[in-house]
Amino acid sequence: MTAPTGPARLLDGIGSADVIRLEAHLARWGALPDLPAPSLLEAVDQSGLRGHGGAWFPVGTKWRSVAAGRSPVVVANGAEGEPASGKDRLLLHHAPHLVLDGASVAATAVGSGRVIVHVSEDSVTDVTAALAERARRGSDRCQFEVVVAPDRFLSGQESAAVNTVNGRTPGIPSFVALRPVRDQGVAGRPTLVQNVESLAHVALIARYGPGWFRSVGTHDSPGTALVTVTGLWESPRIVEVPLGTTLGSALGITPARAGGIQAVLLGGYGGGWLPTATALSLPFTEEAARGLGTSIGAGVVVLLPTGVCPLVEAARVVRYLEGEGAGQCGPCVNGLDVLATQFELLAHRPHSLRGGTSAFPVLCGLVEGRGACHHPDGVARFVRSALDVFGDHAALHLQRGPCQTTRPFLPVPATAGAVR
Amino acid sequence: MSRARFRLVVDPVACDGAGVCAELLPEIISLDPWDYPIVGPGEVPPSLVDLARRATVSCPRLALHLVRLEG
Repeated sequence: MTAPTGPARLLDGIGSADVIRLEAHLARWGALPDLPAPSLLEAVDQSGLRGHGGAWFPVGTKWRSVAAGRSPVVVANGAEGEPASGKDRLLLHHAPHLVLDGASVAATAVGSGRVIVHVSEDSVTDVTAALAERARRGSDRCQFEVVVAPDRFLSGQESAAVNTVNGRTPGIPSFVALRPVRDQGVAGRPTLVQNVESLAHVALIARYGPGWFRSVGTHDSPGTALVTVTGLWESPRIVEVPLGTTLGSALGITPARAGGIQAVLLGGYGGGWLPTATALSLPFTEEAARGLGTSIGAGVVVLLPTGVCPLVEAARVVRYLEGEGAGQCGPCVNGLDVLATQFELLAHRPHSLRGGTSAFPVLCGLVEGRGACHHPDGVARFVRSALDVFGDHAALHLQRGPCQTTRPFLPVPATAGAVR
Repeated sequence: MSRARFRLVVDPVACDGAGVCAELLPEIISLDPWDYPIVGPGEVPPSLVDLARRATVSCPRLALHLVRLEG
């Protein structure tokens, strides 16, 4: 029951067994210490843990704001609608009890008796089996429920998750700027929506303390992060990375290997592109990524190989994101469609694009900050960064025409269809 | 005692682009190419607060909100 000392924390022991059952989980980590709410809030505050769902908001601050309310509800969020992310599913499959321990700690800390585990269809069997094991043992004070998230890009968005749990417009965000979910969420109660990876880190912070947690990572971004890497191996792989290490060294990418990488997408489809050298030398933290106008999001890294047309790839993603919009806000409904159409012209019929790429910044400006959620902002960031990083390629398209078609690279699922 | 400060917020889900707000308050609100309102940045100037309040109650979808700023 010793604390892990290497970079593998959440993934410690995964690999030797497919699923870490409750008995093996307790043998490895021991039982959760029985700490009162104030000690738990203090430990999470001091750990400096930030939310791994993509916003990187300080977890302790969020918990305190919810704890101040009456009869709060906890939502353990593993919906993971981002197509290039797989870490939440991996965690829920292999180490569900770390997540559920963390959820149990969160419930105690904020004074909640009700935890909703909000996951994609893929994870329901894993979570249900783990909850049955815990019920037999009877060590949780809170009640757990499982709610299935619809298969949509926006399902994991905070207010969308709350709407799914409330059985109203599942997977569709609400306008919550004037009445945040932390004040009025599930069943109108104050609600803590926390990503499942963040909760798994909490399970270890409760056991080993904030000092141990901070022994890896940076001052502002302590600990490790699960990162889904696409484009380095034959299929996407999830690795645990100490925050603050450069991506190049964390992934062991040699200069020779880097030569085969055209550019890097950080933070998934709501994130942004970076030139390969910039991305590989970037300390992997949200603040470093934001300094370059992007985000590490939910820990998504896509290495785009040379030999594929980056504009064709980006156009596929922009159209996918347009189709995944909730269809509620005028600027997003209208703006994303025009953006997707213009990007498709740039990729496939550049000579029909009047004014070259000059319309893109204007269109991005017309959607940014004008949705109920940050979906249009993410699309604008993706588009702006694509034009920055692939500007030379865009100029080639405009001069000489489109590239020859190559096999699609970026994972783009079929769109479920907006609820309109 | 300092005067209360306000900003205007559009609920983009409720808004259907009727455009009444831009007509009543062209000093602060313009329309985008699809006729949805773009609210100018910053606080509502004190001289326009009464007009802004009238715009909020005139919105057929009640999608425009005058929000009092803290502090």
